[in-house]
Amino acid sequence: MRHEHVISAKQFTRADIEAVLDRAADFAANQQDVADAHEGALLATAFFEPSTRTKMSFEAAIKRLGGDVIDMGPVEFSSVSKGETLADTLRVIEGYADAIVLRHPMEGSATMATEYVDVPLLNAGDGAGQHPTQTLLDLFTIREEVGLDDLTIGIMGDLKYGRTVHSLAQALTNFDTAQHFISPESLRLPRSVRYDLHEQGAKVREHEDFEAILSELDVLYVTRIQRERFPDEDEYKAVSGQYQLDKEMILEHNEDLTVLHPLPRVDEVAPGIDSLPGAKYFEQAHNGVPVRMALLDMLL
Amino acid sequence: MTEKETELRVSKIENGTVIDHVTAGEALRVLVILGIDGSEGQPVSVGMNVPSDRLGRKDVVKVEGMELSQEEVDVLSLLAPDATINIIRNYEVIEKSRVDRPESVVGVLTCPNTNCITNAGEPVETYFTVTDGGVQCRYCETIIREDITDHIEP
Repeated sequence: MRHEHVISAKQFTRADIEAVLDRAADFAANQQDVADAHEGALLATAFFEPSTRTKMSFEAAIKRLGGDVIDMGPVEFSSVSKGETLADTLRVIEGYADAIVLRHPMEGSATMATEYVDVPLLNAGDGAGQHPTQTLLDLFTIREEVGLDDLTIGIMGDLKYGRTVHSLAQALTNFDTAQHFISPESLRLPRSVRYDLHEQGAKVREHEDFEAILSELDVLYVTRIQRERFPDEDEYKAVSGQYQLDKEMILEHNEDLTVLHPLPRVDEVAPGIDSLPGAKYFEQAHNGVPVRMALLDMLL
Repeated sequence: MTEKETELRVSKIENGTVIDHVTAGEALRVLVILGIDGSEGQPVSVGMNVPSDRLGRKDVVKVEGMELSQEEVDVLSLLAPDATINIIRNYEVIEKSRVDRPESVVGVLTCPNTNCITNAGEPVETYFTVTDGGVQCRYCETIIREDITDHIEP
């Protein structure tokens, strides 16, 4: 891959994506055989927001490649709590590691970070902006299950603030994909993502109701509607209740549906779905390791 | 009423800038961009909705004793893409130019997204890429289409 940093899904070409996914497929098949590929490499993780899957899978990935990880630790115990800027924090960390994984609550933080560091920087989520490494594992999972061309995908939930949604929608424009966006009016895709999809000539439709189109979809990518986006509890419950998928709906409309979710879920994907053959969200989470191994292998 | 008659309504300036062919109705916003509110005492003349052969109607702004910086011209171009800028010295037009739409405007606009890293006290200048009909923040990708001048940094 020719990029030094992984900041946004917009930077990916089809060839970039396929190269990462092919490499990830090799690692998925032979995770034990690469133990010294990057012996001595140090990956720094700087997470200014909570994370379980992303952080742990990056740690697993670098360790499986023979490297090790150093972690900034919780923000409240770091120099950030003394008022240090993100730019300064990263310039310091850069001297300790061969690559940096950054998660930060503000949009554009990763883009700014690349102006201050020379080691590869991987954006592990910048506010409601982008989450490109999640997208690569989403694409890996979709390719494994149904393929990335001739794909009809529904993307449902919080499309406005969902960074995994923004990255996925933009990356999918590299493939022959029809995208259906399903959300309440108040959580529709932001103008910037809409603009990019339009510029790329993407096939896009928008819906407020999802049951009617379930039968058309190969994949339904569900995201959590976040309570804090609503002014009051009643409004949140009214909206989130409309976007809950259960086993009966799938059996009635589309038994072959592949269901993905970046996790954590609350109640938008009922536990009853877990036993269906199309429920792939745990495999999706596991795929974070080989995909991040592939990315690190190509960047380090 | 012809354009020539309109010109006669406003006295010539000795040294300064005449911004002509401003999109009709935008003259007051042009003054905002230039930070002109009359408090510094320089003579300012504004013509609004003046008939124009090229535009149908146009606004004209004349400012005594001021020449525009490139940054001011860049933002002006977003608001008044057809504007011409005449530099006046000793009552003569010594330079006449059309504004060019820039590829970007740097350090001029504030990002309206309060959660953008450019609003977080970090050492970073705002940077907006100019797109069809608007500008887009390089950092958080927020697009501004309407009322761009409302976002000029104070």
